[in-house]
Amino acid sequence: MGALDRKLFRDLWRIKGQALAIAMVIGCGIATLVMSLGTLESLEQTRAAYYERYRFADVFANLKRAPQRLAAKIEAIPGVRQVETRIVKDVTLDIEGLDAPASGRLISMPDHGSPALNNVYLRQGRLLAGGRSNAVLVSEPFAEAHGYHPGDTITASLNGRKRALEIVGIVLSPEYIYSIKAGDMVPDNKHYGIIWMKRQSLAAAYGLEGAFNDIALTLSRDAKVDDVLAQIDKLTAPFGGVGAYGRKDQISHAFLNNEMHGLESTGAVVPPIFLGVAAFLLNMVILRIIETERGQIGLLKAFGYTNWDVGAHYLKFVMIVTIVGVTLGCIGGAWMGRGLTEMYTEFFKFPFLYYQLDTALFAIAIIVSLVAAFLGTIGALRKAIVLPPAEAMQPSPPPVYRKASFGFSKLFTGFSQPVRMIIRHVTRWPIKSFFTSLGISASVAILVVAFFLEGSIDRLIEIQFDETARQDVAVVFEGAHPRSALAELEKMPGVLKVEPMRSVPARFRFDQKHRRVALSGRLPEGEINRLLDTSLTPMVLPQEGLVISSKLGQMLGAKLGDRIAVEILEGRRPTLTLTVAGIVEEYIGYSAYMNIDALDKVLGDQATVTGGYLLIDPVQEKNLYQELKNTPGIAGVSLRSTVLGSFKKTMAENMLIMITFYIIFATMIAVGVVYNTARISLSERGRELASLRVLGFTRLEVSSILLGELALLTAFALPLGCFLGYGLAWLTVSAFDTELFRLPLWLTAQTYGKAMLIVAFSAVVSGLIVRHQVDRFDLVAVLKMRE
Amino acid sequence: MKSEEQSLFKTRGLTKVYVTGDVEIHALRGIDLDIYQGEIIVLLGHSGSGKSTFLNILGGLDRPTAGSVFYKEDEITTLNDGGLTKYRRDHVGVVFQFYNLIPSLTAKENVALVTEIARDPMAPEEALALVGLEDRVDHFPSQLSGGEQQRVAIARAIAKRPDVMFCDEPTGALDSNTGTVVLEALERVNRELGTTTVLITHNAAISELGDRVVFFADGHIAEVKTNATRRPPSELVW
Ligand SMILES: Nc1ncnc2c1ncn2[C@@H]1O[C@H](COP(=O)(O)OP(=O)(O)OP(=O)(O)O)[C@@H](O)[C@H]1O
Ligand SMILES: [Mg+2]
Repeated sequence: MGALDRKLFRDLWRIKGQALAIAMVIGCGIATLVMSLGTLESLEQTRAAYYERYRFADVFANLKRAPQRLAAKIEAIPGVRQVETRIVKDVTLDIEGLDAPASGRLISMPDHGSPALNNVYLRQGRLLAGGRSNAVLVSEPFAEAHGYHPGDTITASLNGRKRALEIVGIVLSPEYIYSIKAGDMVPDNKHYGIIWMKRQSLAAAYGLEGAFNDIALTLSRDAKVDDVLAQIDKLTAPFGGVGAYGRKDQISHAFLNNEMHGLESTGAVVPPIFLGVAAFLLNMVILRIIETERGQIGLLKAFGYTNWDVGAHYLKFVMIVTIVGVTLGCIGGAWMGRGLTEMYTEFFKFPFLYYQLDTALFAIAIIVSLVAAFLGTIGALRKAIVLPPAEAMQPSPPPVYRKASFGFSKLFTGFSQPVRMIIRHVTRWPIKSFFTSLGISASVAILVVAFFLEGSIDRLIEIQFDETARQDVAVVFEGAHPRSALAELEKMPGVLKVEPMRSVPARFRFDQKHRRVALSGRLPEGEINRLLDTSLTPMVLPQEGLVISSKLGQMLGAKLGDRIAVEILEGRRPTLTLTVAGIVEEYIGYSAYMNIDALDKVLGDQATVTGGYLLIDPVQEKNLYQELKNTPGIAGVSLRSTVLGSFKKTMAENMLIMITFYIIFATMIAVGVVYNTARISLSERGRELASLRVLGFTRLEVSSILLGELALLTAFALPLGCFLGYGLAWLTVSAFDTELFRLPLWLTAQTYGKAMLIVAFSAVVSGLIVRHQVDRFDLVAVLKMRE
Repeated sequence: MKSEEQSLFKTRGLTKVYVTGDVEIHALRGIDLDIYQGEIIVLLGHSGSGKSTFLNILGGLDRPTAGSVFYKEDEITTLNDGGLTKYRRDHVGVVFQFYNLIPSLTAKENVALVTEIARDPMAPEEALALVGLEDRVDHFPSQLSGGEQQRVAIARAIAKRPDVMFCDEPTGALDSNTGTVVLEALERVNRELGTTTVLITHNAAISELGDRVVFFADGHIAEVKTNATRRPPSELVW
């Protein structure tokens, strides 16, 4: 190792605290990058392999009842490769030991052989072939939630008749990686399960012999999805088709996509912030070192070291810190990625898992960090490179302090000398002081975002469950009923109040764009289930016209006053032209509403409902549940308590872990920035402060000059950081904005308060460390040092 | 004493003007000087008379505003940055008033810093032995006295066997006893290796060490005096 490299390592060792702090910031950024993109890659590969091996379909369509021969016509549509017809029915389940009603989806399995599409992966027991007519397979998450094993039985109400079903096997399906009930936001495996049954048995129960009510199909590579969907709709319309949809609208697939998008956003948003801060810190440190070592630089050049040699020397310094950071980050990221992927596998129930980290990802991590570090410090490095050797040999001239910057000399008169020193120093280098403050404020901003995420999810829950969907129970009927059917519900034990709801499958078209959305009829001034306008105040549905969620508006490109074509996908299937009369804010999914009376009117129906929202007396809960379980014609029941519980659980599993990491990471940034700032100002002013000590100032007085400056810069950084944090939160909200899920931009005094507190605390700790160093000043050594 | 053919440096009309704001400072006003192979030449003059400026230009650390410097046959004033660097690397040793050691490197490593990039260097230990520091090789600058540090700086300058040594007030920060030790080291190198040495000092007494003494005044050469004999440093009184 050459002498110059030896200098490098000793210098690095001397400022190891600072170097490590910066390396940690880089490490955090890279860890996030490696973790999110590595996990994303693993999930994508795992999912692709799963889909391929178990032949996940490309297109799905549900209808009322169609003769088997329709399948051949659908198969003849250009672009369609393979068609599988099925019977799919949503049923209520009566589960022993579970008070609340549960629901399940029954899916038919071919009587012989395995399904051509959407095959299942057997985890336990055996498949249906050759078994009895009441044999079923159940999905593993559901089985696990109840501790079911092959041989156990469950009771389901098939077409109004209770049947005991015998579990013979436990399976996984690519179609229900995320088993989520239509209309729910998160999986609830205790109250919703997927059940496979022999086609013959299911057809017999529902009188669907020789017929089907669901199709799944695959497409050839060059198929035009939209065209195929339109053709299928045309063919299935006479049979009560409610619209075909592709993978992107298939619930499980869409939720997985959403999750992956989150990983992608994380990988895109977080690392640049960390690397930016790290580059800034590196710049700050290297600039300081270069200033201090002007003489040494000149000397090296005087000896015949080239400008490039000198530049490379300091560049190496930067690169070593960066490489240490990247290495820590890659190791940490791989470890976290492994954990996260395992968590996902557990959560999504993949039958297998690919987690092999792509070396390309590490290469990207290294290149990205090195480039960031290089760009961040090139300005400082240039200074070292262009420094003429002769000039470097002269000590840098004493800084020109003005008697009073900004002309507030009068203000100074009341201050003691130390306070003057602080203010002069800060105002002498306003830009540098500003950037230091900016660095500290970056850590405030990141913490604001971390706490914002936490608070935002709480706020989302509040909006969703306390301000919007305030029902204790939501009941969905099988098919449409006259509104009088609600009277039955009203009579049930413990029911305090019932509000009607009508949901109609529809396809919305506006300006080339189209989406399948249920058009939902509600009371204009519902008290149980409310709608919130864009300022989140409860809204009264207009007498007529359409109300759409802002997300749907954005997806269709429609705004207030626009006229939207709404193809109703049931009954007489009219196409209505409705004017957008209101916009509601929703953070989950996208939807469309109408005054329920107006909806009945435009559809030419008597007062009709497909379900109801209930307020209940909790004391009577069990009785009501029992009653609901025994009532035929109910397709599904959602309970506030269980939905809220599983929502929180899912959020806790996914987001909150990330948030915890961010809080740790952001704290590292705070410490990194503040500690570096304090250290640098100590090194800049060591001589000055030592001189004061020699003049008889106490340790306390001297360190208070240094810490006073830090306090001043931190005080300025706190509000600035809150401001930046708001901007960053806004960016985060945009980055995580998906069709399924959005975050409310909700920042409270608490969000800011916690962020500021952590930074202030880091500042105090860094200050104390530096103060300790001031206390141990070797006065003679400092004064002997030639700067 | 020395013939024109043996001159190592020739400066002609060397001028340096510093412009700071709208003030022009004429640091050098046309210096013509020949420096001969193997001599010790001492530059004397009041503060601000242009000695350091002159030395820096000769050492390839700075460029003149006008005029030229010839090193042997080459006009170094026409060299570009890379050329100057190579010139410094291959031919020049410098010693400054402040010792300018790298604080994080030991004495030996400070010398190695230069020998590593030199064409025909001596071992760092050998260079340190020449200045009498053979038992201080592994000390860091902070563990050395001022005089010892300056001797390390000299060892560092001579270790590459330079053709010329430029010393800007090498004893400026030292007491006379320590200064003498440092000057002895310089004189010994000149004697044993034949290294041409240009030395700036404020101390008229030291000028007796040189073969010639050049007096600077306000950017001019006021006088060039040739010493009949060089006086060994130990006999100088200051
Ligand atoms: N970088 C610079 N910018 C402006 N003026 C300069 C610069 N360097 C030197 N000078 C001026 O040039 C003149 C000559 O300076 P120089 O350093 O050569 O003097 P010197 O003879 O070495 O003085 P001393 O004995 O004090 O070291 C001085 O007036 C000085 O102020
Ligand atoms: Mg000088």
